[in-house]
Amino acid sequence: MHEIAFKPLLRQAGLIVLGALILLWTLLPLYHMVILSLTPVGEGFAGKLWPDAPTLDNYRIVLTQDNYYLSRFWLQLGNSVLVAFTSCVFVFALSLTASFAITRLRPRFAGFASHMALITYLVPATFLAIPFYQVMGSYGLLGSRWALIITIATFATPYAIWVLQQNAGSVPRELDEAAEIDGASPWQIFRLVYLPLMVPTIVAVGAFAVMLSWNEYLYAFLLLSDEDRITLPVMLGQFLSDDSAPWPLLMVSGVLYSLPPAILYFLARRYMATGLAAGSVKG
Amino acid sequence: MIASGAALPQANSSRQWLGSGRPLLSFKEKWALFFLMPFAAMFVAFVSYPILYALFLATDRSAYARVFADPIYARTLWNTFLFIAIGVMLKMLLALGLSSFFVLPGRAIRVIAALFILPWAVPHIPSILSIRWMLNSEWGMINNILFQVFGVDGPAWLTNPSYGMASIIAVHIWKYLPFWTMILVAARLGIPKDLYESARIDGAGSVQQFRYVTFPAIANVFLTSTMLTTIWSLGDFNSIYLLTGGGPMERTNTLATMGIRYAFRHADFQAGIVTLMSALPILVPLVIVLTRRLRRNADA
Repeated sequence: MHEIAFKPLLRQAGLIVLGALILLWTLLPLYHMVILSLTPVGEGFAGKLWPDAPTLDNYRIVLTQDNYYLSRFWLQLGNSVLVAFTSCVFVFALSLTASFAITRLRPRFAGFASHMALITYLVPATFLAIPFYQVMGSYGLLGSRWALIITIATFATPYAIWVLQQNAGSVPRELDEAAEIDGASPWQIFRLVYLPLMVPTIVAVGAFAVMLSWNEYLYAFLLLSDEDRITLPVMLGQFLSDDSAPWPLLMVSGVLYSLPPAILYFLARRYMATGLAAGSVKG
Repeated sequence: MIASGAALPQANSSRQWLGSGRPLLSFKEKWALFFLMPFAAMFVAFVSYPILYALFLATDRSAYARVFADPIYARTLWNTFLFIAIGVMLKMLLALGLSSFFVLPGRAIRVIAALFILPWAVPHIPSILSIRWMLNSEWGMINNILFQVFGVDGPAWLTNPSYGMASIIAVHIWKYLPFWTMILVAARLGIPKDLYESARIDGAGSVQQFRYVTFPAIANVFLTSTMLTTIWSLGDFNSIYLLTGGGPMERTNTLATMGIRYAFRHADFQAGIVTLMSALPILVPLVIVLTRRLRRNADA
């Protein structure tokens, strides 16, 4: 009798311990980022669990660019925003048209097009970095923010096409046929039937493209060099092995840089869950 | 006259073929071509061209000799093997295990799940920089805690090659475990509840339920996920470069960071391509198998 009452209790305790371990593992690096951002610059080397005299002054320094290392903070953050939004627009333009052609117009070459998109999606971007750099050079785009925008669009579009293609099945084909009988051209069907009904997937795809761009380090670092054109991750990466850099200030920019995607994720979570599950694996 | 007379029927038949027969492209296909044009242009300019360029760079025979003669190359291959064999396997097994936790009902579990996804949602560079500082053997938080609690000097997490690889694998798992866990959780939530009920009626315990109901139902997703993450882990540049930079003494590189290193630090693009191409014997079969699997699942 005793054992029966004891077992669920033990299970409950086990779950609590497991939950605590998961949270510790997940949050420790993020917690460390936050407390380091609150530590006075001189105390950054203490490795404390909580700073002796936490201060928000670091945030003031970063936001007013009151330090040599962060003298272009707003400009570089602006570059990140510019690249993220422009590449998102490109991803929309390229993937919506392509997925419409593949799933609604169904030409004989639809299979080939979707095959190419899928293969591009599967290949890791790192493996194309070397020729990409050279090709951007031959197009005369090295050092330009356009190079990075095109890169993000190139790597996010195939995924977007794939996800849109998966979800296009939920838009009934009868709607297309009805519009066609009413004399609508494919362009009108695209604009008036396809786009409005695909909005949830479009949100997911857009959020994905923005996050991909926000995250991009390797290509941003290879393609951009001018201090005024680099994105924030490139600036942070410059101090990677510089122990004399004011790390608490870098962590302030890190916290500020992490907030938008975290918020975006929580806002678009409902959409992204379906998009991601459909996009990467479908059982 | 004779020539034109002979040509006439030919012209006629070709006009007939174009007119009443099937045209080369139907009305809809012409529109489809128009809609596919932007993607096709991008694909040719920024996917096909770079790939052809890479193949052209790889025709430099001397690059192979340079790469194979470099003692760091063998080390890099071994590291890549460790990274994939331990990193990917551990990550996917943990994801499978943790999915059992996250499918449980309850508000607390939902809150933990929302926080658990944060490493994936937060950009790579700030979090890895934070971890890099945290793991510093002299002034990092981890070794500080180890000293205060156990009174021992912690290891050189980033400046010893073996600990360096272990730290890299840990960071990779920290970053990507949430995503794959949630994919498996989504798959498990899709299993019909009555399967579990009938299993329970037949007297199956929780281990047996996992063995006979859960795993068969998600085996497909699990396999596809493992293959996908193997490919993408081969391309994981950030977890290595931002944490150890491939050091100390280039002993913690994988093929991805080594290829980039040859190309951009030694300005040897050919050697860089050759290094990255060493991953093709794994990459190409995986891409082929995955393309088939994903397309088959999509059609079904």
